[in-house]
Amino acid sequence: MSKHLNLTLHVWRQKNTNCDGKFVEYPAENVSPDMSFLEMLDVVNEGLIRKGEDPITFDHDCREGICGTCSMVINGRPHGPKERTTTCQLHMRSFQDGESITLEPWRAEAFPVLRDLMVDRTAFDRIIAAGGFISVPTGSPQDANALPIPKVNAELAMDAAACIGCGACVAACPNASAMLFVSAKINHLGQLPQGQPERYSRVRDMIAQMDAEEFGTCTNHGECEIACPKGIKMENIARMNRDFLKASLTYRPAVVGGGAG
Amino acid sequence: MELKSQIPDGPIEKKWDKHKFDLKLVNPANKRKYKVIVVGSGLAGGAAAASLAELGYEVECYCYQDSPRRAHSIAAQGGINGAKNYHGDGDSVRRLFYDTVKGGDFRAREANVHRLAEVSNNIIDQCVGQGVPFAREYGGLLDNRSFGGAQVSRTFYARGQTGQQLLLGAYQALERQIGLGAVKMFSRHEMLEVIVVDGVAKGIVTRNMVTGKIESHVADAVCLATGGYGNVFYLSTNAKGCNGTAIWRAYKKGAAFANPCFTQIHPTCIPVTGDHQSKLTLMSESLRNDGRIWVPKRKEDCGKPASQIPEEDRDYYLERKYPSFGNLAPRDISSRAAKQACDEGRGIGATGRGVYLDFDDSIKRLGQPKIEERYGNLFEMYERITDENPYKTPMRIYPASHYTMGGLWVDYNLQSTIPGLFVLGEANFSDHGANRLGASALMQGLADGYFVIPYTIGGYLAGIKPGSRIKVDDPAVKATEQTVTDQISRLFAIKGKQTPDHFHRELGKVMWEYSGMGRNEAGLKKALELIPQIREEFWNNLCIPGTGAEVNQSLEMAGRVADFLELGELLCLDALNRRESCGAHFREEWQTGEGEAMRDDESFCHVAAWEYKGEGSAPVRHTEQLAFESLHLATRNYK
Repeated sequence: MSKHLNLTLHVWRQKNTNCDGKFVEYPAENVSPDMSFLEMLDVVNEGLIRKGEDPITFDHDCREGICGTCSMVINGRPHGPKERTTTCQLHMRSFQDGESITLEPWRAEAFPVLRDLMVDRTAFDRIIAAGGFISVPTGSPQDANALPIPKVNAELAMDAAACIGCGACVAACPNASAMLFVSAKINHLGQLPQGQPERYSRVRDMIAQMDAEEFGTCTNHGECEIACPKGIKMENIARMNRDFLKASLTYRPAVVGGGAG
Repeated sequence: MELKSQIPDGPIEKKWDKHKFDLKLVNPANKRKYKVIVVGSGLAGGAAAASLAELGYEVECYCYQDSPRRAHSIAAQGGINGAKNYHGDGDSVRRLFYDTVKGGDFRAREANVHRLAEVSNNIIDQCVGQGVPFAREYGGLLDNRSFGGAQVSRTFYARGQTGQQLLLGAYQALERQIGLGAVKMFSRHEMLEVIVVDGVAKGIVTRNMVTGKIESHVADAVCLATGGYGNVFYLSTNAKGCNGTAIWRAYKKGAAFANPCFTQIHPTCIPVTGDHQSKLTLMSESLRNDGRIWVPKRKEDCGKPASQIPEEDRDYYLERKYPSFGNLAPRDISSRAAKQACDEGRGIGATGRGVYLDFDDSIKRLGQPKIEERYGNLFEMYERITDENPYKTPMRIYPASHYTMGGLWVDYNLQSTIPGLFVLGEANFSDHGANRLGASALMQGLADGYFVIPYTIGGYLAGIKPGSRIKVDDPAVKATEQTVTDQISRLFAIKGKQTPDHFHRELGKVMWEYSGMGRNEAGLKKALELIPQIREEFWNNLCIPGTGAEVNQSLEMAGRVADFLELGELLCLDALNRRESCGAHFREEWQTGEGEAMRDDESFCHVAAWEYKGEGSAPVRHTEQLAFESLHLATRNYK
């Protein structure tokens, strides 16, 4: 068994959205390198609870890297030092004995801090509600094999659909832009024949909502792609911009007709 | 309590069609006058909320996560079954029906399972229509793979992320309805009570997990789609937040709890590393298509690296014991076989609780690129957690609590014993009997949400006068709300020294030891002594810092653990009373000479549904006899 670690945590503590926050130092002692990062925090928190102090609040759920709930900036990097790894999948063997670790929440105007390391990401849901779907009521589709889809398109759609909506892209971006997230959904659905009828209204509606939520604009820093735990590529943003341009040039307001008959 | 299953008459192939016609309809102009509450936003809840809103009902949906997209259905990896027979390998609705009943060891209700198999094909169509990027072949048509417990390829998949993609399909359908104003979504809300007035479900009480506010919400019907209670074992493949609170509170309000002892232990999870362990990670069962499971033949070899154990000293025990199904034997059988090997001292890894899942042969046969294409993300995940490269050394796996077949008792309409309270997905008991087959959970969640509840709830609502809903300030509603506030005050008042997790871990140890993969009378009786002791300590020595009027994750956890401490006891009581082995429920007293489960159809071919009788009183066990008219009761044989 490898050697246990002793670490110092500098954690952002903030009681609620309206309060000011500050960094507080906590020791994390005798940490097994086999622990996940969140298990290390569990141990620190149990110690705090036993002392009657408020434990560190952080979002987490599946702890296997797929639900997208966990969200914290570790030493300045969303989800920490390992590429393509969510915080819950990060293990303590990635750290050195004696190291200091700084923990902060996602920082973005559109993601207000709720408490400590927990933020409100409902802006993402509202962007999806604005157009991130294919309008297909239950029971209405044709047979699943009636529409062959070239394997390459299905794979590209899947690459984009792998987004877990964690918001690391926003946290990493100097502009707090949500364009990697939005473009992933645009390209997931835009690659597929089922997604074509709403392709251009979708990109227009989702971008309008993204702007309304006060996310910034992309200026090609590329931080999002590096921070993304699922390897979503920036080329999605380029594709989205192309669709958006076409959508803007060809925009026609819907014809509102009377109810004949 | 009377358990009326409401199974329609007629031949099994016609029951659902007939029933759909017999159900009363709600006039389209009246639909918006009915309000339905859906608790949970996973495959069952998300699909139900979206579909009911599309029909025109006023819908409110609640989830404890920060977004409906994060429900734990998202973590399902392997796939979803559908009886499409696209590959012409002999599949059919009848075969899927048969496999599911047999896989469940003849402890599921035939009519429900047949309906599930019938709508399985609609589900695949629906998901493709929504843009779910299922795997495809070069011709552009859908690909399939085989999965544990089936001899046909009927599993549709999206890499190792099928649950995620299906959930995003349902989530997007739900968000569309939210955008249209047809569903009101309440995320970060935890349901803490069902409002039952004059024996009928009228709403729920929730806690806003951001502000701490306790609120009542009234409706004409309530659907619980809150998942299973696998976290009663503390360590499980469930998400940390998964809990049994919603169904447990409903049970205490009069909903019968069926077969609580039917809990599935999944054979392929990453083994425990130490006391700090907070959850266990599943490695998809699909890996068993290309991986071979083995342990050393001799105890002495267990400490050696796998590469130094020659072929002739390895025991591929599943292939040896079950030659026709081999590594694809159902989950309960595979899990038990792994436990047996480790009990014999032939387990591998630091703790001795592990077996190998070896891809060496497949890599030699198909080449590493093919294996990467099939399982790349799973191999990466394994390496991230264990720091071992599974292309070079075999994976180490061990069984872990994964799924609960038991749940609230429901009739054919998915209605519990409380009128107006419907239960969907893993939260109910109906389709998987004593053991669930791989790739069937996604199928059942979506079947209930998309294709069953939209019909059956109409039949219930059509009998209620539109606009007759109870008011939120009704004294009965306020009284229920008060019980929730009181429970929270009680938890804070303990002011002890131990954390909620501490009690959860203590409970988990007892559950896993005495009510896990193997159960016997003495062990279960021991558990029934120990659990009340842990519960008593909980209520005397729990510590929750902070207040209820803010974000308080310790309070959330404490409430869930309090319910698990009661639920665990019922689980053991049910296991004690079911004096037979069937599916995942293995009573050591009832096994064949070869260590296989021995059913007792004479005495136990029934569903056990427990009725709550108040604090301090023993619950009452009711039974629903299971009649097999379409299939013959047979002994499962995977040899």
